[in-house]
Amino acid sequence: MSFESELKKGNFLISECARCKKIVWPPSEWCDQCLDKNSWRKCTGKGKIIEFSKKENTYFCVAEIENSVKILGELISDGPKIGKSVIIIDCGIHDNNYFFKMKMLD
Amino acid sequence: MPKVAIVGYGQTKFSTENSKIESVLLQCTKNLFDSTSKLNQKNIDAVLISTNNNSKYLSAILSEMTGIQPKISHSIESLCNSGTNAIVAAYSYIVSGLAEVVLISGAERYDSPGQILEWDNLRGEFKHPIFWASIFSKSYKRKYALTDEDLALVSVKNHKQSTHNPFAISQKAITIEDVLRSKKLTEDLRLLECSRPCTGGASILLASENICKTFTDHPIWITGIGQKTTSASFTKTSTFYDMESTKQAAHSAFQMSKQKPSDVDVMEIHDAFSVCEPMALDSMKFASPGKGIDLVKEAYSSENFKINPRGGLIGSGHPLGATGIAQTIEITKQLQSCAEKRQVDNASLGLVHNMSAGATSSTVLVLEN
Repeated sequence: MSFESELKKGNFLISECARCKKIVWPPSEWCDQCLDKNSWRKCTGKGKIIEFSKKENTYFCVAEIENSVKILGELISDGPKIGKSVIIIDCGIHDNNYFFKMKMLD
Repeated sequence: MPKVAIVGYGQTKFSTENSKIESVLLQCTKNLFDSTSKLNQKNIDAVLISTNNNSKYLSAILSEMTGIQPKISHSIESLCNSGTNAIVAAYSYIVSGLAEVVLISGAERYDSPGQILEWDNLRGEFKHPIFWASIFSKSYKRKYALTDEDLALVSVKNHKQSTHNPFAISQKAITIEDVLRSKKLTEDLRLLECSRPCTGGASILLASENICKTFTDHPIWITGIGQKTTSASFTKTSTFYDMESTKQAAHSAFQMSKQKPSDVDVMEIHDAFSVCEPMALDSMKFASPGKGIDLVKEAYSSENFKINPRGGLIGSGHPLGATGIAQTIEITKQLQSCAEKRQVDNASLGLVHNMSAGATSSTVLVLEN
């Protein structure tokens, strides 16, 4: 299992070190503190908007997922606001690029 | 610690020419030889290349083409701050005693692979630098209640100043209206707020205190160096309205030189995008948070040339591997009082700020005459 092999299937995983009790990000096979092997866990995909902007009709935002890891992805909802809750509704790899699509929860 | 001086330099005009990287390196190096009297190939102990170009073995190639057989030769790549990082490496070779004279040549082509950090996949499809710049811009404007017009002034000032720099790609002054009417790349960034990738080269010669007077009557001393890398991923950045790596690099450089921001007479700031200039001024403590834009306004209205006299990256163009070297050459000229129409009166202490990849890494140099 790897971040990329799961991302290709539309699953968003987080790497964690059991020894350090630490989330390791960007996703990695090895802990950046003790360099031991990380484990992978599925996450809820829920997070909040940290910052956003817009290109033509597409919003993009930095979101912090599960209060721990940040990604930059597309936001399909209108009227984004800082701190609003979002959820990853689709993710994967297209033309060698990762993609993350999110929508606002409320 | 032994002292290290800048004793020579040469540049090419920044352009969109389709030149081979080897030709650009050769041209700026030839210009350095032409303007540095008494420099002989045999004087040069090390040849360092700063570039993101994919061509291999460039330091050996440049050495052969210019008749140098150096003891040390290699390339240095660190995206947009490759140039000052190469200067830091050269400084270290001289201080260690491994070299007395080091030639550094930096060059890039307009189609440089260094423009996009492919590795940073957590940005999804939004990998182009305009996206981190838009996030910075939105965040900085919100935090400090600034407008698009405020940030547009950075570009207006730097384009105006670049009309006095014969090596700059832009030779045309623009207005705030021009900036605001230019192509809207995103909601928070317009085309004229961006530096342009281009083709260009810059070479600089560093020497130990023992030998520096052989090459120039006006050596300029590197008295402070600070370098900090906080991450490689843009999304690891803790806040998007300041530059942590710049803050720490400037602190180290000022500490090493025993100087402070108020001592600085002239500075080159890495304005890859308009928002970067006031943000860097805040982060280096030239202004309190959010007030960097006031220094930009003052520099524009008084025409004092203190901030980005050669026109910054926005006015001069941004050939990545050459940029940090061209910035350092400008401050050297200012401290030698030979910056012509761009000359800042009585400049004796200058600063260079060069960064990469959404300010995840920064290098700051303090120079004195």
